[in-house]
Amino acid sequence: MNEKDELILLNSWASPFGARVRIAMAEKGINQYELREEDLFSMSPLLLKMNPVHRKVPVLIHNGKPICESMNIVQYIDEVAVFNGKPALLPPDPYSRSKARFWADFIDQKVYGTMRKITRNRGEEQVRAKEELIETLKVLERELGEKPYFGGEFGFVDIALVPFYSRFYAVETLGNFRIEAECPKLVAWARRCLLKETVSNSLPDPLKVYEWVLYVNDKFGIKQN
Amino acid sequence: MAEEVKLFRTWSSPFPLRIIWAMKLKGIEYETIFEDLSNKSHLLLHYNPVYKKVPVLVHNGKPISESLVILEYIDETWKQPPLLLPEDPYERAMARFWAKFCDEKVLPPVADVLVTQGKEQEAALAQHMENMKRVEEELKGKKFFGGEAIGFADIAYGWMANLLSVMEEVTGLKLTDAEAFPAISTWLQSFSDVPLIKENWPPREKLVSKYQAFREKRLALAAEATSK
Repeated sequence: MNEKDELILLNSWASPFGARVRIAMAEKGINQYELREEDLFSMSPLLLKMNPVHRKVPVLIHNGKPICESMNIVQYIDEVAVFNGKPALLPPDPYSRSKARFWADFIDQKVYGTMRKITRNRGEEQVRAKEELIETLKVLERELGEKPYFGGEFGFVDIALVPFYSRFYAVETLGNFRIEAECPKLVAWARRCLLKETVSNSLPDPLKVYEWVLYVNDKFGIKQN
Repeated sequence: MAEEVKLFRTWSSPFPLRIIWAMKLKGIEYETIFEDLSNKSHLLLHYNPVYKKVPVLVHNGKPISESLVILEYIDETWKQPPLLLPEDPYERAMARFWAKFCDEKVLPPVADVLVTQGKEQEAALAQHMENMKRVEEELKGKKFFGGEAIGFADIAYGWMANLLSVMEEVTGLKLTDAEAFPAISTWLQSFSDVPLIKENWPPREKLVSKYQAFREKRLALAAEATSK
């Protein structure tokens, strides 16, 4: 990858998945790319053409060729952008890489859907979703252990998880609970990540995310009570 | 040091089968440990505490879980040909994308078709057909997902080459169609014709009985739940 390459990232400012890619790009020192904001209620023809299967962001378009699915994009960036002094996002040895991929997949399966159940539901369903989320975050907290970051150094799994921290405020407010009370070490980890510019510059404001969640709920006719 | 490779599997699950194919392709020697999922061994729970599922690959005492993760581990650890993932980063991204599409989008409706009836089953079948259209598009003009030889995505979709017809027999529904999906039909045949694939299917009659029983059990549970 070099300066002559054309890079476009189709994104949506509130998307935690898009944020993963933004963090990865920043970590790899890739700053020359076009960031295009998509309105998910009115998708551009380019997005529909580049991601016909899922019709979702993020999509990275590299010299006209699309790569979809956030952690897939992160791996791709890691493999093509090999610059002096910039870190590898995945560790070098196969066993550590398998663990990183395992945990990124776990996060993909368990975090977003549960958060959405909390913000979109009330009553029994919300209670169950809250329990599920806390259980998931506790599993992650155990995996983190005493390490500063999941892989020892900041990398793949941290990138997979930290964007969801921007949603904590929305989830806690609509779910009426505090994640830090249950998972203090995980919240400490997230704050540690936010000290990195590559992360803080890539994550949306939690308050704005909360307003966005309310807006989306409203559009889907979900009552806020 | 002598390599110690163990694979935890069940006789029927298609996910460990992916690992068996990969290991046979690469000529890796391994020991098989059969699990009874209704009575999981301490070792399985120790090696895969998060999901408690098969497959688990244990390489020199270190466990790896989740079949697609295991496939990448195998490819990175035993670098002899054939390479499961292509060398070109863009092609690798495509292979990973389609393998993920298989597990996240294609498999669930097929599972739903197996365990539901009536309107629910119709909806699942419709979703399945939509997915098949996507896969058909991707396979157009290709012998395998990986090109001339089977690779990562072929291994991911491999379950279709025997289980689709098993599901058809159990449910009485058509899950594929040579006219509507010619590329998939050709692929199903080409994949099945690979000798090591042919040699490693679980016994078909046993699979039909198993999935028949599973369908009946799930339908009965659903009926109980609605009648309460």
